[in-house]
This record gives sequence, C-alpha cells and structure tokens, in this order.
Amino acid sequence: MTQSGIEKILEVDNLSKTYGFLRAVDGVSFSIQKGEILGLLGPNGAGKTTIINMIAGLLEKDGGSIKVFGKDFSKNKSEILSRMNFAAAYAQLPGNLKVKENLLIYAMLYDSPNPREAVKNIIADFGLYEFTDKKTGFLSSGEQSRLVLAKALINNPELLLLDEPTASLDPSTSEQVRSRIMNYAKENGASVLWTSHDMCEIEKVCGRVLFLSRGKILLEGHPKELPVRYGKKNLEELFIMIAREPLSINHVT
Amino acid sequence: MFYVSCFRISMSSKRIYAIFLRQFFLLKRSPSRIMQIFYWSLLELTLWGIITKYLYAIGGEKFGFITVILGTVIFWNFFTRVMNGITISFLEDIWSRNLINLFASPLRVGEYIAGLLAVSIMQTFLAIGAMVLAAWFFFSYSIFQFGFLLIPFIFILFISGWALGIFTTAVILRFGPSVEILVWSIPTIIMPFSAIFYPLEALPTFLRPISYAIPISYVFEGMREVVHKGTFNALSLAIGFALSFFFFFAAIAVLFVMYRMALRKGLFTRFMTD
Repeated sequence: MTQSGIEKILEVDNLSKTYGFLRAVDGVSFSIQKGEILGLLGPNGAGKTTIINMIAGLLEKDGGSIKVFGKDFSKNKSEILSRMNFAAAYAQLPGNLKVKENLLIYAMLYDSPNPREAVKNIIADFGLYEFTDKKTGFLSSGEQSRLVLAKALINNPELLLLDEPTASLDPSTSEQVRSRIMNYAKENGASVLWTSHDMCEIEKVCGRVLFLSRGKILLEGHPKELPVRYGKKNLEELFIMIAREPLSINHVT
Repeated sequence: MFYVSCFRISMSSKRIYAIFLRQFFLLKRSPSRIMQIFYWSLLELTLWGIITKYLYAIGGEKFGFITVILGTVIFWNFFTRVMNGITISFLEDIWSRNLINLFASPLRVGEYIAGLLAVSIMQTFLAIGAMVLAAWFFFSYSIFQFGFLLIPFIFILFISGWALGIFTTAVILRFGPSVEILVWSIPTIIMPFSAIFYPLEALPTFLRPISYAIPISYVFEGMREVVHKGTFNALSLAIGFALSFFFFFAAIAVLFVMYRMALRKGLFTRFMTD
C-alpha cells in the first residue's frame, strides 16, 4: 500500500531485456493498481510478450526490477506465481488430456487447497459440463479458449497476465471471454495486464493503456482520451500512427 | 500443503504428484504408450531368450548363457527404461507445447524433475515386472537368484538411469526438440563401454578407462562374477555406487544451469515454434 492509500499489485521499474544486439525491452517502468485492467499495446516486436514473459517467470530480465504484491519477484517467484495466473493464445493445454484432467493438474500446480472442488466449481462457472470428459484436442478453438481461461482463473488469481487472449476467436466468443474476465476482475478486485491487437477490445476493457514501440513506453493514458490528445479519431488510428511513425509522437507532443 | 524442506530447497508434494498424474492420465488411456512400455522389453527378452537356448543346446551349458545373457538383457532394459521414463515424459510436455503453462505456474524445476522420477519408477516396475515374469515363465529364469545383491544392482541402475535421463533432458532444454534423437542415441553410445555382453577385459586397453567411469559397468561385471565365481566384489560395487551418485548430482547441476540459460534466452517460448 502506498502513502496515497492505493495498493500497487505490480510494480515494474526500469525493466530491460536484450537478445544479442536487439534491445527488446528498454527501461520500461509502470505499475498496476488493485482492480485495474491495464492494456499493453504496440506493433509486433514492440516488446509486449517479452514483458509479459518476464512477469510470468518464463524469461529472465537483464536489468531493472519486478515487484508483485510488494515482493521482489526474483526472490519469491513460486509464492508469487501461486497468487497470479497466465493465459496466452499460443499456450494451449495438452490436447491429449481430458478437460477435467487438465484442470485438476493445474489446480494442483497452483496449490488449490481442494483441487477437485476447484475443478468442480470452475467447470460450473464456465459451463464446461458437456466437455469434461472430452479430450482437449477435440475442442473447437473457442472451446479451447474458454478452457484456457478457466485454467487461468482456477486459483482465483489476484493478478492475471493475458497475452492476446481473444486472438483468432470469432466476435461472439471474444465478447464472452472479455465479459468473463471483466466480471471476474470487478467481483474479485483482481488486476489484469492485457495485450491485444484489437483496439476496440482494449477500449472496452482497459481503464488505462501503455503504448510500446521498440521496447520503450511511448504513451500512457485512458484509451478514450489518448486518441483525442493526439488528434486521432480512435485508438486504432493512434495505433497505426505509432506503428508507422513512432518518432512523430514527439512532434505532436 | 505438505512441504519438504532441506538445505533451502522446498518442494511441494502436491505439485510433484500433479506432474506424475499428468503422465499417468496420458498413459492409462493410450494403448500405444502402454504397448511402448512392454513391447520392446518383451521383444528383446524373447529374442535373446531363444538365442541363449540355442547356444545352450549347442554346448554352451558350462558358460551359463541363459543366466548371463537374460540377466544382462533385463538389467540393460531396466537402465534404459529408467532413463526413458524421464526423457520421454519431458518430450511429451514439449510435443504438447505444455512447457509455457507449466513454468508460468508456481512449479519449481526440482518439483518437475521429482515428478518425472516418480513416473520413471512406475514405468520401470511395469516393464521390468513383465520381463521378469516372462523370463520365468518361458525360459525358467529367475532374476531373484542374485538374492540380496539385486538391491545394490537395482540401486546403481536407477541412479545411473536418472542421471542420464536428467542430463539428456538438460541438453534438450538447451538445444530444443531438434535434438530429441539423443533420447534414443545416448544409450547406444555408452552401450559398448558398459561391459554389458562381454567382460571389461574384452575391451582394448585404451578404452577401458571409459568403462571404469561408467557406473553400470560395475553392475554387469558384478553379475558375471556372481554367476561364474559365486562371489562378488564389494569394493567394485561401492565404486559403482559412488560414481552413480556423482553423475546424478552432476546431471542435476547441468540441468539447473540449462534451465537458467533457457530462462535467459527465452527458450520456453521459442520451443513453441521449433
């Protein structure tokens, strides 16, 4: 808890990551408050997934610090990870296991006090009854996304990392996934770090966005106010401008 | 939650069990995976059983072909099965692109390996149990003729198999699924130096130091000594023990180094495209 009484769930300070000669993340600093949904935007290669992977413990940072729940991530990794969760379009669950088996395994990995009860509850919450005995690989992509999200909420996380959770989903399924995450965050006071290339989606769900380009944060603000500030009609126009001419932002400001 | 704490290493039994359960679920419903466990072991036993019977029939009874060769085949299968219990299970997680979800969870690398060790124990006892029964039923051969010596033999084979399995896993973790062929080729590389089908003295002198450094060669040498002389060399077995533990801890150290390297280079996400 800060002096202003706002609880910071995630604090990233001067984070950097280099691959060979490529500076993928270059001195990025931001924080997420309790209950906040923060959007991480940027063109391909901007550093969004690299940042998410460092916060998820899949990638080691080269410099800077990550604090989650007020604790140093590198020193309390396992404990912190048990209070957060992760879902990404590219991280599906094993297709050769049944839905209920996958959920049970992840309930156990995330230290659920009663894993079987947690699976029962999440199956009820997500309406997965008809799929419980089905192999995950036989689900449609929409059903698999629901399952990945169910896995991401199985431990009632206080911080949720979502890397393009609605990528390749039809508009109806995307809407269901969005509503579920927003409801979850609202009801549980959970914080969410959300990356997406769908600007309409970001406008709907995020209270604040960060624009990344070439590993640096270029802009920060409310998704509806930012385009106005830079003379653009909407977030998508602003995104296109940043993707094509990131340096022009300095001239506008 | 039950935690095992020792020298600043804490492990969750629940998470270790989850890793075991993941492989168990996979196995129990997959006839091809179940067949993999039994098929090669039983095929090898049958082939060598028939060959030894033939050798026995043409005058090899004094040598004790059945005891030596069938015992050798069972012990060698034991060793490779222990190793594969770890490496194939790890490959299953790579093939199903599950590593990202696993290592974005609170799972520690030590817990993951402990889970795979448990899987290898289960698979080894299933495969070797079938082999032991088949050897007894079809060739009247009992592995239990070695009595209490079976315990140190099995112990060395387990620890050495785990060491090789963990080392191979570490190499795959570093270089990705493109080097998965190592899972099948590494045992064949060490096979000629392990004194499996022939005594260590049969090797050229300059190759013997390699055999002396391989812990399982002490098991096969010990087994032949028991069969032919009725004695066993306790010092030799102690060296086998010590070597197997040395390689086990060295393999764990290599795995941790490779794991850190995978984290630094972002290899978990790169495996998704390999």
